This record gives sequence, C-alpha cells and structure tokens, in this order.
Amino acid sequence: MRPRVTWVHAHAALVFAFLYLPILVLIVYSFNGESVAGFPPHGWTLRWYNELFADDPLWSSVGNSLLVAAFAVALALLFGIPAALALDRADFPGKQVFRRLVLLPLILPGIITGLSLLTLFASAGAQLSLLTVAIGHGTALISVAVAEVSAGLQKFDRALEEASRDLGASEWYTFRRVTLPSLKLPIIAAALLIFTLSLDEIAVSFFLVGRENTLPLEIWSRLRRGITPEINAVSTLIFAFSVVTIVVWFKLRGSATDA
Amino acid sequence: MYSRSYQRLVSIPPLLWVTAFLLLPYASLFLISFWQVHSQQIVHQWTLHNYGQLVGNPVYLEVLGRSARIAASVTILALLLGVPLAYFVSMRAGRFKNLLYQLVIIPLWVSYLVRAYAWKTILGGNGVLNTLLIHVGILHQPAAFLLYSPFAVILTLTHIYTPFVFLPAYASMAHIPKALIEASGDLGASPFRSFWKVIFPLSLPGIIAGATFAFVLSLGDFIAPLLIGGPNGIMISNIVVSLFGAAYDWPLGSAISLCILILVVVLISTTESVERRLRLGGAR
Repeated sequence: MRPRVTWVHAHAALVFAFLYLPILVLIVYSFNGESVAGFPPHGWTLRWYNELFADDPLWSSVGNSLLVAAFAVALALLFGIPAALALDRADFPGKQVFRRLVLLPLILPGIITGLSLLTLFASAGAQLSLLTVAIGHGTALISVAVAEVSAGLQKFDRALEEASRDLGASEWYTFRRVTLPSLKLPIIAAALLIFTLSLDEIAVSFFLVGRENTLPLEIWSRLRRGITPEINAVSTLIFAFSVVTIVVWFKLRGSATDA
Repeated sequence: MYSRSYQRLVSIPPLLWVTAFLLLPYASLFLISFWQVHSQQIVHQWTLHNYGQLVGNPVYLEVLGRSARIAASVTILALLLGVPLAYFVSMRAGRFKNLLYQLVIIPLWVSYLVRAYAWKTILGGNGVLNTLLIHVGILHQPAAFLLYSPFAVILTLTHIYTPFVFLPAYASMAHIPKALIEASGDLGASPFRSFWKVIFPLSLPGIIAGATFAFVLSLGDFIAPLLIGGPNGIMISNIVVSLFGAAYDWPLGSAISLCILILVVVLISTTESVERRLRLGGAR
C-alpha cells in the first residue's frame, strides 16, 4: 500500500513548523546586520558573535552556571541514588509520603520550590549566593535522579545480587561490583539530564541568587532592557550545545535499551 | 534480603536532606502565611488576615481566574497539537519514527528563556511577523495586539508545553498492541474511527499525565508573562513575585504560594487516581 498524504501528515507538518519557527528565527537573526529584527533580514554579519566573545560579564555567568550545574548533579545523585534504592528495597514509616515529596518538584512550578527555600534560608540568616542556587537546583532535581534510577532498578535482576552474596561477597562489595555497575547508564542519563536542566533553570535561581548571576539570569536581565541580537547569538550557541547533548543522550539511551 | 544497616544507609541520608530542604521550606511557607507585616517588618503575630485578603480582594481571585484560563487554553492547544502528533509519529511515520521523535524532543532542550525571547522577536511591533505582513502588503501598520497580551503568553506557553503532552501520549501509544488496531481496521473502521474508538481511549492515561504537566507548569509560570504578557497578561505567580520583591509582603505571598501548592497537589492526586483507574480498567 502506498502511503497517502492525509490530514495527519498536514497536521504533523504544521506542528513541526510551529515548534521550529522560533528556533529558525533565532538562528537567522543572530547573523542579521541590523539590530532591529525586521523582515527581511538585513545583510549578514558576525558582529553579534564578536560582541559576544568580548562580553566578560556574560562569560563569567556561563562559568557560574557550569559550576552550579556540576554541584547540582553531585548533590542530586548523592541523595537521589540512595533514595531510589530506599524506595525499591527498604521499609520505613512514611515511605509513600517520602516518595510523593521527593518526586513533587518534578511537576511543581519552580516558583514554589524557589520561594519556599528562600523563606528557609532567610529564617536561617543564610547569605544568598551561587551555593544557595546550587542547593535549590540539586534538591529539586533529586526527583530526576530518583525517576531515572528507579526505572533502571525495575529492569534490574535481583538474582544477580543473590548470586554474588551466595558466592561469599559482602553486601557492600555486592553493591559496588554488581548493583552500581548495572545502574551505570541510568545514572549517566540522569546526570546529563540534571546538568542541562540546571543550566536552563530560571524560576528557582530567580529567588535564590545572590550577587553573581547564572547565565539564564544574566540573559534575563538583558532581555528586560530590550532586544539585543547578542542574545540571539548566545542562544544559537546554546542551541548547538543542546543538540550535541541530546544526540549523546539518545546514543546512551539507545545502548541502554539494546543491552 | 537487604540487611537492616543497608536499608538504614540508603534511606536515612535522603530522608534527612529531603526533610531539611523540601519539607521544612514548605512548613516555613505555611508558618509565614499566618504572620503579618507591620511597617516593613514581618511580625510573628498569628492572623488569618492574609487568607481573608486572598478571598476578599477581587484582584487576587481575578488574576487567579485569568491564570487558570490561560493554563486551560495552553493545555487544550497543546493537546490538539501534541496528541495527533503522537499518533502520527508512533503509528504512521514508518521508518522516520525515531528521527521524528527526536525532532520533537530537541526544542524541549532549547533554553526556555530563549524560546520565549524568540517569540518576542517574532511578535514585536518591529518584529518579524509585523514587518513581514507590512512587507507583503497585508498590514499597513504593525498589529499591536500580537505582543504584550494574553495571546502572546498562550502562544509561547503552548510552544513550550506541546512536547510535554506529546511525550507521555507517545509512550502510551507505543504500548498499544498493533493487533488491536489491525483488528479494528479489519472490522471496517476508518483510520479516524480506529483512532477515536481504540487508540485514544487506550492512551488516555498518558494523555491525562501530559495535560496535567501542561496545566500545572503553565499555571505557575511567571517568566513568559513578564517578558511578553504586558499588563493584561499578568498571572498569579507575577503577583507572588512582586509580593516577595518590591511590595515586601512575604506573608501574603506565602499564603498565595501555599494555595498554588495545595491546588497542584490536589490536581496531581486526582489525575493520578483517574489514570490508575483507567489502567486497571484497560487491564481487565
């Protein structure tokens, strides 16, 4: 049967156009010769990229964001991996409440997470800084680590652990040499996801940031002053970076499902 | 088979951290919502005044109502775009299935802020759309309603949350046995009837999950309204932001946040129980 072009094809084409129109505009206008975004684009230039590379405050915010994201990944994995293990194989009172609580930030608007932490830090007299932002990201993104590692644990065959114990390995040795290695891919996928989500996070950072900005907040403060094509340029670079990350992520996930 | 000490080791550290940095913050939000502000100072005096204002002052209910309307519009549009797309990619795309799937995901990984900003570039007075329409002679002067309006907020949020609806809908559809759809076709159902009577009901749990995501996350959004909403596009979170900022009324801001939190938890619990009932019904 020859595939016919039907309304579902037309609908899909329209949705893809809708999804990619803004991205296309972004890329095209990052090379636009004029600083106002009229149609048609007016001459081609690399001016915005040159300005971007000379923009020190922007680059220091990139450094801050990378730092925060790395800290968030460490924090979320440090507590997310044991939390997933606890939900899978430990018995303790309030387990269902704990499950609900730890996964809540996954769907909760960031403003609630950010504000509630702000009130906590304020009453503890803590100074807002990149550290408070990183604690906010890490805590909210424990949910992602738990979701990914839990999915990995569901596919995990406990007989492997039993075999290791029967052969005389200690519980700790079994954990290190059997359990953890078989969770490698979900853990890497979680780390990658947490890293990119933290890099892009704005609602939580908005409330917890001190004097030094993260990249989204730096972009945000410039956007509020008006349209600058430099933001198109930095967005295009971020887009390219995201595409590379997502390709890596799919490769990992692909090899995880093949295995 | 796991020893006591193993169970303690994996449960106690995350329990402590989550208590300190998730539960305690919610509790402090709760406490502050019963306090009050006197001459720019938060006073630890118990009062129901904040909740009274929330119900009594029409501004808050009006903005909450508008936020719910905007979130509902976004959800409906995202469903109209995302669900048929999930059907197309999972059932009709043939060998392009994986490629198209990835193409839907990629925009999700492009900075939220950057996508909202791109819409500003498109919709602005000197923006791409207005100058294009003038260029080809459809308009004589820029259409002002495009930017700084609820319309702009709905468009931007729909753009952001369509993939959130697509993903769980796609996951649900991918699990439907092909034989069911073939049977429906063999019995004479048109593709549309097969979709409506077989695929749609079976993928309803995923569709509901996606709709919940879209509704809740757009309800609590404050970035898109600030960037492109204008005065008529203000949403409830913007009020919270200003109460925690310039207006310096943390108790009232906390009361509103707590209401949003409770609303979200109730909504998730409801949709989760509906999803579970649908799944059980499907298994029978």
